[in-house]
Amino acid sequence: MDRRVKLPRRPALGLWLFLLPAAGFLALFYFFPLATIAQVSFARAAGGLAAVLAEVAGSAVVRGIFAFTVWQAALSTLLTLAVGLPGAYLLARYRFRGQGLLRALTAVPFVLPTLVVAAAFNALLGPRGWVNVGLMAAFDLSAPPVTFVNTFGAILLAHVFYNTTIVLRLVGDFWSRLDPRLVAAARALGASPARAFREVTLPLLAPALGAAALLVFIFDFTSFGVILVLGGPRFATLETEIYRQTVYLFNLPVAAVLALIQLLCTLGLSVAYTRLSARVAAPLNLRAARDTRQPLRTPRARLTAGLLVGGLVALLVLPLAALALRSVVRLDAERGQSGPVQTGFTLAFYQELGQNRRNNLFYVPPTAAIGNSLAAASATVALALALGLPAAWAVAAQGSREAKRPDATSAAALALDALLLLPLGTSAVTLGLGFIVALDTPPLDLRASPLLLPLAHTLVALPFVVRSLVPALRSIRPRLRQAAAMLGAGPARVWREIDLPLVGRAVIVAATFAFTLSLGEFGATAIIARPEHPTVPVVIYRLIGLPGALNYGQALALSTILMVVCTVGILAIERLRVGEVGEF
Amino acid sequence: MNAPLTATPTLEVVNVTKAFGPQPAVDGVSFALAAGEVLALLGPSGSGKSTLLGLIAGLDTPDAGDLRWAGASLRGVPTHRRGFGLMFQDYALFPHKDVAANVGFGLRMQGHKRAAVAAGVAEALALVGLSGFERRDVNTLSGGEQQRVALARALAPRPRLLLLDEPLGALDRALRERLLEELHTILRGLKQTTVYVTHDQEEAFALADRVLILHQGRVAQSGPPAEVYARPASRFVAEFLGLHNLLPARLAVQNLAGGATGLVALTDAGQLPLAAEDVPPGLRGAQAVTVVVRSEGVRLAGPDEPADLEGTMLDKSFRGNRHRVSVRVGQADLVVALEAGQPLPAVGERLRLRLSPHAVTVLPEAAPDA
Repeated sequence: MDRRVKLPRRPALGLWLFLLPAAGFLALFYFFPLATIAQVSFARAAGGLAAVLAEVAGSAVVRGIFAFTVWQAALSTLLTLAVGLPGAYLLARYRFRGQGLLRALTAVPFVLPTLVVAAAFNALLGPRGWVNVGLMAAFDLSAPPVTFVNTFGAILLAHVFYNTTIVLRLVGDFWSRLDPRLVAAARALGASPARAFREVTLPLLAPALGAAALLVFIFDFTSFGVILVLGGPRFATLETEIYRQTVYLFNLPVAAVLALIQLLCTLGLSVAYTRLSARVAAPLNLRAARDTRQPLRTPRARLTAGLLVGGLVALLVLPLAALALRSVVRLDAERGQSGPVQTGFTLAFYQELGQNRRNNLFYVPPTAAIGNSLAAASATVALALALGLPAAWAVAAQGSREAKRPDATSAAALALDALLLLPLGTSAVTLGLGFIVALDTPPLDLRASPLLLPLAHTLVALPFVVRSLVPALRSIRPRLRQAAAMLGAGPARVWREIDLPLVGRAVIVAATFAFTLSLGEFGATAIIARPEHPTVPVVIYRLIGLPGALNYGQALALSTILMVVCTVGILAIERLRVGEVGEF
Repeated sequence: MNAPLTATPTLEVVNVTKAFGPQPAVDGVSFALAAGEVLALLGPSGSGKSTLLGLIAGLDTPDAGDLRWAGASLRGVPTHRRGFGLMFQDYALFPHKDVAANVGFGLRMQGHKRAAVAAGVAEALALVGLSGFERRDVNTLSGGEQQRVALARALAPRPRLLLLDEPLGALDRALRERLLEELHTILRGLKQTTVYVTHDQEEAFALADRVLILHQGRVAQSGPPAEVYARPASRFVAEFLGLHNLLPARLAVQNLAGGATGLVALTDAGQLPLAAEDVPPGLRGAQAVTVVVRSEGVRLAGPDEPADLEGTMLDKSFRGNRHRVSVRVGQADLVVALEAGQPLPAVGERLRLRLSPHAVTVLPEAAPDA
């Protein structure tokens, strides 16, 4: 019956109309700005494009920056895999108490603003962080013994912190659905555990592993806040160099050429990623995760699991805890105060957020920044849902018809699905730069518009929104509606009991994604936010750059607030998500 | 056990036809269902049984013919007003509702109060042996548990007709055996009028008062399981029921000892005696027919007995209570099931066999290769 029940033919015109808003948005606010960047590179340079290209290509500095960008991304990716794979194994193969919570917690870093992550590591390992303060107190040292901030190690550690969840998700979810009998079969045929892993598990995991590595590499390659704040001025990647050339040197042609180089790299990587993740989705004989996970039986398994869980918690949760704790503790001397440092619990940093101590007309109190951020985030949610819901519906409808008759509409829906991913692979600074150079002429002069931030944030949030909605929309099989009808539910009741709750949850998930991503977005915001209307991340960045314990404390307090909001958001997402396999 | 067919019919299917392409999926099917009767729609995949079930449920509308309930046409009555229960092969449990909310769904649709719904849920879960599962997430249940929840969900609103679409199809064999027993007990206990769709004759025979065998959208045969098994109406039915030894034959009348005459079938395996009631009426003389030699209707002939069949043993394999033996009789190869616990000749030796009464059934069709 299933095979024969025909879905009502949806008019193709309807699908086109549903695709249109998102496609138009992408054309206007992604492709147009990027094209303008390219065009600016030709036009504004004194000696034409050739001169700029020659200048960039001939510059040893740029070559060094490029090499360093690749090098740090590659090393970060390797380290992330080294940390993530054992964790993926743990989550994939074993069943233990607190597994769900651990899984949810590991997702928290992913949505945290880079500046919060930077502040968290600062609070743990920085010159005024817990480790140094503790060591100084214990051994009576006069200077912090651990140098962390402005080191290469800081960049690497932060990248691992950030992206481990990608490996846990992509590899772990796939691994958990691999039939364990395959390994058992290899063992029965005489393979040692290591051999079975190498010959059976590893080749099967390869697509997921490759996809995870590529995605991590893309994020590391275009990483901005981590390099800027934790790496400091000594380290420059393409992304921070684009920012420097734009904001400090006003050298737009060079910035544009750098942005194009970066875009070409990420484009290639994104295409490779899309190919690989299609193979991850390809039908292997996958099984439900609940059938493949086993309890921890032997003491050795328990010990291993304990160590892995402990390691993950130390890496992912400790910095965040350090941040929260540091924001309510006074460790430093007050200004002008000498002698023994007065330490203890304080809410001073939070109280300070609302005050304009300097009576400076251009000073923006942090509470106002919170208002700006919330406004931008709310607008982003509205915009991303308005564009994403129809697009997701079209993509989902396409998926169910795919097998029967591939046509122009379904091809367009598929293409849009892929295109929506592009902004993810494009550096946020480049996007911001594109907005500045492209949206400056009437009728599209948005430079002073309060819509500029939500527009940029929507570009970043849209792929997440669509990807959260599509599986939920697809999960509403006609069978469920039929089952409800058989039990006596009329059409309206079916919609209320089946469609609405399933889509409703996904809408909440999508909205939360858009909200948290907008709250934390820094790369594009740093370029396009107007100085008098900064968002929270921008203010954190400013405060970190200012001297004094009070400013630092305020940065910590603001970061903590942002962290709490994002953590609550991601935990809600984890709770409400429909389906088993996590998607990026 | 057979429900009396004179009882008031509940569901009547009258000459129903439904086509999705040029070939009709259901082609002029008619039958009626007595209250409390369990009818099995039996057939291979593509025979139209699931389509028929969808038509009864109201998920599809017939192209021609009519469906009636207690004499009143169901045409235009939407699915949710028919008061039927349907259990899907893949269960279609609501993923966003827990076990209790799934099972209680139909009761809520009937407008019952919260307490009544809870009581109904508890009762339905007790019926399927899942008491205490109320708060469980349906996504974490095993296949067998999901199957029981689906059954409880279909039963809880007390449907006037229960439709089961391959309800045991997705389960492994051992679990199927057990659930089959339970399903039998539950349906009998509730006197639940049921249409049960399956491709598995064992399930159909175990559960049904009556089976209706479908072939290419048409009714190939219907009747109580034992009767259908004893007298398959066609080669298709015989083969579908897993009967071996279909031999082309001609009927002949033969003089027997004592001056009586008897019918025999002339086959490649020699002359086979026939009981008159195993020959469909209207078949006489030298007509080309097909005979079925039931593998379990054959035993070893004693040393002093005359043999009905005599041949060479080709192969034997032990099957617990039986030996499955291949034997060449004349030009025909037969498969017979011989009781275990008796000495058998070795492969290649002569085998003398006797036929029990009704071991040979005549089908009124010539074998295609005859």
